[in-house]
Amino acid sequence: MSIQQSMSLATPDAPALSTVQKIGVSQSVVGLVILLLATFNVNFPNKTLFLCLALGLISLGVIVFSRDAYLKKLPGIKNDGVWFRSSTSRGVLGWATGIFLTAFYIVLYFYPAYLGLGDNAPNTGLVALFDPLSQLLSGRPASQWFVYGTLYTVLILVFGYKFILKYRHNRYEQIRTVSVMFFQLGFAYLIPEFMYRMNSTLPYYDLKNVWPLNYYFFDDWSIQGFLANGNIGLAFIFFGVFSTFVITPVLTYKFGKRWYCSWVCGCGGLAETAGDSYRQLSSKTMVAWNIERWLIHTVLVFSIVMTTGVIYSYLGTDSAQSWFTKGVFISFVIGFLSVVFAATMIFKHKELGKDAKFGAIGFGLTIAALLVLFFTGTTNEVFFIKSTTVRTAYGFYIGSIFSGVIGTGLYPLLGNRSWCRFGCPMAAILGFQQRLFSKFRITTNGGQCISCGNCSTFCEMGIDVRAYAQKGENIIRSSCVGCGICAAVCPRGVLKLENGGMDGRINPTQIPLGNDLALMDLMNLLRTE
Amino acid sequence: MENEHIVILGNGISGVSVARHIRKLSDKKITIVSGESDYFFSRTALMYVYMGHMKFEHTQPYEAYFWKKNRIELKKGWVSEVQTAQKVLIFEDGTTLKYDRLVIATGSKPNKFGWPGQDLKGVTGMYHKQELEAIEAYAPNNQICKRAVIVGGGLIGIELAEMMSSRKIPVTFLVRESSFWNGVLPAGESEMINRHIFNHHIDLRLNTNLKEITSDENGRVKSVILQETGEEIPCGLVGLTAGVSPNIDVFKDSEIETKRGVLVNRFLETNIESVYAIGDCAEQHEGIGERRPIEAVWYTGRMMGETLAQTICDNRIAYKPGHWFNSAKFFDIEYQTYGWVFSKPREGEAHFHWKHADDTKCVTVCYDSSSRRFLGINTFGIRMRHQVFDTWLNERRDVDYVIENLCDANFDPEFFKHFESDIISAFKNEAQVEAA
Ligand SMILES: Cc1cc2nc3c(=O)[nH]c(=O)nc-3n(C[C@H](O)[C@H](O)[C@H](O)COP(=O)(O)OP(=O)(O)OC[C@H]3O[C@@H](n4cnc5c(N)ncnc54)[C@H](O)[C@@H]3O)c2cc1C
Ligand code: SF4
Ligand code: SF4
Repeated sequence: MSIQQSMSLATPDAPALSTVQKIGVSQSVVGLVILLLATFNVNFPNKTLFLCLALGLISLGVIVFSRDAYLKKLPGIKNDGVWFRSSTSRGVLGWATGIFLTAFYIVLYFYPAYLGLGDNAPNTGLVALFDPLSQLLSGRPASQWFVYGTLYTVLILVFGYKFILKYRHNRYEQIRTVSVMFFQLGFAYLIPEFMYRMNSTLPYYDLKNVWPLNYYFFDDWSIQGFLANGNIGLAFIFFGVFSTFVITPVLTYKFGKRWYCSWVCGCGGLAETAGDSYRQLSSKTMVAWNIERWLIHTVLVFSIVMTTGVIYSYLGTDSAQSWFTKGVFISFVIGFLSVVFAATMIFKHKELGKDAKFGAIGFGLTIAALLVLFFTGTTNEVFFIKSTTVRTAYGFYIGSIFSGVIGTGLYPLLGNRSWCRFGCPMAAILGFQQRLFSKFRITTNGGQCISCGNCSTFCEMGIDVRAYAQKGENIIRSSCVGCGICAAVCPRGVLKLENGGMDGRINPTQIPLGNDLALMDLMNLLRTE
Repeated sequence: MENEHIVILGNGISGVSVARHIRKLSDKKITIVSGESDYFFSRTALMYVYMGHMKFEHTQPYEAYFWKKNRIELKKGWVSEVQTAQKVLIFEDGTTLKYDRLVIATGSKPNKFGWPGQDLKGVTGMYHKQELEAIEAYAPNNQICKRAVIVGGGLIGIELAEMMSSRKIPVTFLVRESSFWNGVLPAGESEMINRHIFNHHIDLRLNTNLKEITSDENGRVKSVILQETGEEIPCGLVGLTAGVSPNIDVFKDSEIETKRGVLVNRFLETNIESVYAIGDCAEQHEGIGERRPIEAVWYTGRMMGETLAQTICDNRIAYKPGHWFNSAKFFDIEYQTYGWVFSKPREGEAHFHWKHADDTKCVTVCYDSSSRRFLGINTFGIRMRHQVFDTWLNERRDVDYVIENLCDANFDPEFFKHFESDIISAFKNEAQVEAA
């Protein structure tokens, strides 16, 4: 082991920042300091001016930095020194950033008063700084969510710009980044604000935010809010259900889950842009993969049961009032799940292989939970627990702690997609479809792989891409979000994201192209490792 | 013999491939021996460790549990002698290891041509992990190493140049030939790469030979002196990358027959029974097809391992590589080749060359000038599909068909600009000019 040690002892210096890059960083820091000062209740005289200044400086800093970092070099892969930089290799800066972000999320979710959210009183502090912008967009004072949404959008936009420069030789990366920037700015940020301006009783609705990621969509207040708004509200409910049950499966069938995770989704959007520098930190070990599969499907089961419970609790029991009673609803959910499950087992048993067992367990648990729910449920109790408590628990543990505090706060420690990988129920559903009913796959280029490991290292979902590529086997993994980075960083042109026919999509091989044909045939019939 | 002991000397791609496949086919006892590293790693990725794209552990394709799970024993140590009569390996520390069958997969070592000063501190090849460590030690940054001189313009040389420039260490790149790698690449391609090297601010010196390496008072490299001009170039690191040769010194005194490499027949068997050789260190009595007798590339090591596993598991088959292919990357420009394209068309062959105006993409197609049969393609900056060319070569397609259908072979990521129509019209124009 002496050799290994000497390698790790000599951690090389991080590449030095150029003067221009330092200027960029300081601009952003000044912008951040303005926001911090506001948080600590420094009362800025002209809020509009200082808000513009803060957001402007943060953005300008990133722009100046990236132009200097990327445009002065020839187009190509720009990963030099990633593992030497403290910020991107879990060094001191990485930890500091992680702690800062986590603290921010905790305050945001649980102590918004510290940010200055006025409780029936005018806002103060940071939230107040954003009042002018909120007034401009929707005509109401800002909330902590408005502050967060604004910062989120700004980050996706400016880091999206950085990403586009970084990958200026790669149009797939550029186009998909423009797409996430567009969806974040338009659908997640501006449209809901404008909608409020036009009709202030409509619940906040980000059209691209699909159940189960949007876990509050079917909440009583949300549905009531829509129903109170007549046709437009109904249209939104219809669209919500339609996007979950029709749009999503169709698009995933055609393009893989990437259409959502890397082109539309806001969580994915932040991960791909602001989180890009951390993608190499995701763990590629088999252990991590096992944790991933248990965790994400547990969250999925939880979210289905929780949503069913929530809807259940506000439905009636009297079929005279409405045919859509608790009983009908539960039967419908169980029936639907059973059909999906049975169809999968009948048609796709082979492709699932070992995972069929996981599927069966997950399915069994869900159905069991739903039945218990049915027999223990009353108007406001499910599992003998108040249904709102289940909902609150989900919102707290999954919606806030997992997706926000851990998922984003720990970017610099666990990689940029830990929420998408370990927690997102939407990703679990899309992944299931991608694995079984999708034209999407990553193909490998015959025998060209040199097992270098760039693909695996930079896969943000922690997929060991190399394990497939070096055998000449297509990569069909439920977790792949189709970011395309593995293909981009591969120095030998081995990987290509493609949509093609369903036949021969999964091609377990033992011997890649190039060797004696008879031998390849012989070995590739064995198909076991 | 189910319980025989297979010992594999060398844990590179060839040694590991043969071990994996023997395990797939049998329950024999397998031990892999290497002095270089505890675990198999990808040599091809060493550059990325220095450049900070990856950590060393990322170059290891299998996690530690893999070896246990597959019951492949790993032994670390340098072997200094092989006694084929007793079927035993003797290690530097005096320990021994008995085998029933021995697979020699010792790889290569960098060439040194007896330059004065070639063994000074700070002069190194770039093959083994230990050499990467030396590079890290002597050229950690551009303060300690104010300039690096690289001797020998091949694939490893240009990787070393890229490594140095990732840490902003100025590079002088000495290339004996009149243009980079032009013994292999046709002129149009080689010249394009020259320009790309210059664009990366590398001081590329063509037609230049090393005369000697001078030392400071501590036995550390101080400068190099050029043959042609006598110019002295002060430097902190000298990279010797003038090719590699089989790493077979330990067998020189054994019964095993060697030439430049360990000599093997088409079944990868040496002259000694139960001793085989695969990968970089193996030398065929005669090259297979157009292939050279020694093939020092990644995938041939893997394929030899895949093949030999069959023979060892009682299905004796010959090593029959398919059509030639390979790939490399020159700074930002990826290169792939399928079939044979030589630097100059041979007797009866013709080349069609297309280059994009941006000077980072080009294609050369080689074909038989009388039958027009397609023989091979070099592609730079455009990814192409191995499978498609393999099929076309099998089907003995003609060049017109290949050019016409080139877009079927495209392997670039989605939304990339396509150049096939450009290439087709250039091809047609050239045909017209020739006809006129
Ligand atoms: C920097 C670099 C980049 C490359 N890039 C490419 C590329 O892009 N594409 C490509 O096709 N090829 C590439 N190659 C070549 C490729 O890496 C080799 O062809 C391949 O690694 C050879 O594998 P092998 O298993 O035959 O030998 P090796 O990988 O050399 O393994 C042999 C092992 O045996 C050990 N060993 C030798 N003698 C003894 C002994 N006496 N006792 C104990 N252990 C011993 C060695 O230390 C070594 O660990 C590259 C090589 C280098 C150095
Ligand atoms: S496998 Fe490739 S495309 Fe899929 S998530 Fe990983 S890096 Fe992205
Ligand atoms: S697919 Fe490409 S990046 Fe991945 S290991 Fe193979 S050569 Fe390296």
